[in-house]
Amino acid sequence: MLSYLINGISLGSVYAIIALGYTMVYGIAKMLNFAHGDVIMIGGYMAFCSTSYLGWPVIPSVLFAMTVCTMLGILIERLAYKPLRDASSLAVLITAIGVSYFLQNMALLIWSSNPKAFPNMVNLPNVVIGDIQISSVAIVTIIACIVIMIILTLFTTRTKLGKAMRAVSEDKGAAQLMGINVNATISMTFAIGSGLAAIAGVLLCTAYPTLMPTTGAMPGIKAFTAAVFGGIGSIPGAMLGGILLGIIEIFGKAYISTQLSDAIVFAVLIIVLIVKPTGLLGKKMAEKV
Amino acid sequence: MKRFSKQTRSAFINYGIIIIFFIVFQTLSATGSLGSSLKGQLIPICAYIIMALSLNLVVGISGELSLGHAGFMSVGAFTGVVVANSLSGTVTNGTLRLILALIIGAFVAAIAGIVIGIPVLRLRGDYLAIVTLAFGEIIKNVLNCLYVGLDDKGLHFSLKDEPSLHLNPGGRTILSGPMGALGITKLSTFFIGIVLILLVLFYIQNFVNSRPGRAIAAIRDNRIAAEACGIPVTKYKLMAFVTSAAMAGSAGALYALNYSTVVPKKFDFNTSILILVFVVLGGIGNLRGSIIAAALLTVLPELLRQFQDYRMLVYAIVLILVMLITNNEKAMVFIRSRIKKLYKLTRKEGV
Repeated sequence: MLSYLINGISLGSVYAIIALGYTMVYGIAKMLNFAHGDVIMIGGYMAFCSTSYLGWPVIPSVLFAMTVCTMLGILIERLAYKPLRDASSLAVLITAIGVSYFLQNMALLIWSSNPKAFPNMVNLPNVVIGDIQISSVAIVTIIACIVIMIILTLFTTRTKLGKAMRAVSEDKGAAQLMGINVNATISMTFAIGSGLAAIAGVLLCTAYPTLMPTTGAMPGIKAFTAAVFGGIGSIPGAMLGGILLGIIEIFGKAYISTQLSDAIVFAVLIIVLIVKPTGLLGKKMAEKV
Repeated sequence: MKRFSKQTRSAFINYGIIIIFFIVFQTLSATGSLGSSLKGQLIPICAYIIMALSLNLVVGISGELSLGHAGFMSVGAFTGVVVANSLSGTVTNGTLRLILALIIGAFVAAIAGIVIGIPVLRLRGDYLAIVTLAFGEIIKNVLNCLYVGLDDKGLHFSLKDEPSLHLNPGGRTILSGPMGALGITKLSTFFIGIVLILLVLFYIQNFVNSRPGRAIAAIRDNRIAAEACGIPVTKYKLMAFVTSAAMAGSAGALYALNYSTVVPKKFDFNTSILILVFVVLGGIGNLRGSIIAAALLTVLPELLRQFQDYRMLVYAIVLILVMLITNNEKAMVFIRSRIKKLYKLTRKEGV
């Protein structure tokens, strides 16, 4: 029971980190970035290459993956999304899907479709409390999630850049009038989101050590669900949604049905949205007539 | 031609395109000048055209973003397979069996549409999109562990495994979970596919100009104003959604009965997206655009065969570039002026 709970929180932490990327980008650019899941996959491959082929230790390879993903995020934003800033949201959505196909097929060409065995990034002994064994990977994941949450909260509330981010997400026009560089702020949000995606990629692949070009797709969709679950655009909401989703998934797998666990996750999402149409922590927007 | 309104003329052009498409490809395949890979694509093209048209009803005319349209396709597909398989003893005429499968597939998909539509249509915008996505995944997930068997007592269902169907000796399994439907008799024909497209097209084109169709367009353009005029919003939205689901169901049945095996994984999120891409590239709300985009983009990966491993990469790049160009005003102005010049040149030569 307790070990299920910890596994759930650990899986949920990964979802939460991915969901943060979705929610920040949505909050600021009002777009669903479907390519986010594939940035996770690229992050995983980068960490894989630097440890397996180049023999780098853990920390530098994670930093390397983060750097590559951050640059990739900025590049994608600059090339594909920036020209569409004023286009309809559907056009942006389709472009994001195009980017997602592009990244997947790029990975397919470079690394082939054979699954790669991801090296264990966390070489620590498992923790034993009483008769329960907790894997060290789960603990590291949860700690990483908490640290990221704290840093992000401090960043958005205390720093000038964070304030600029919140201002842009609240009202782009007004923010621009106040002298905030909107384009730079959006680029930065993509950079942060993609950097987080790299961390999520490494954690995800450490917990489930097979790496394929489609690895990021399903966690991406689930994390997107988590972001909506918690109220899209809200950072604490993404955290809460991610962790709850992870717990529901693990418990659904353990007690109801392994095959139907995804269906259960999505069913819970639908029920929540029907009861509270803006998600758990989403702000209700007044409608102007 | 003056007697017809612009809309009627446009509608007849659409029928003409479909009929010419049929005649050209039928003669090509009869004379044997059509490659076998392209020949095998004809029925899927029909199915995808119907999918694109039906999604256009939701996205273009009703203005709601649906990301789970493949779910309805898969409901229709597997219902169609079960129907065709169980009737194989009683209805010996293949075409009749196909038509029954199409109708029942559409009907069951419509029921799924009602069940999903009632909660979903209360939501708006991105939230509606994510819930349709979720429903698509749920349908895929449930079908992935659905087992259906047939013996002399009738149909048996199970969500666990094959033995728990408790089939009598002599019974056979029709659907076996993640393996999907095996040993389907191929019933779909290109002709039926074309007839189905024409029916769907006929329905949508008339529906748009009918009273409910105009009400739906009014809701899309301004929900609050429409509501204030006394239009029952939920009723009309549900009507468009369910009709679209039924069409997708028949397309699914047509699609599935073209192959010997169909797996539930085929109808996943990517398929939903693929159909949405048809609609968006063809122009939202533009039926002719949907038809052309669906046909071209289904054939495109085949045409890109020579690039082999690079073809999906090229596909992705084409997709991004088309979106970037069509949304860039300067590029569009440039393209339009080129087209006009070309048009003038050809006219001059004609004179």
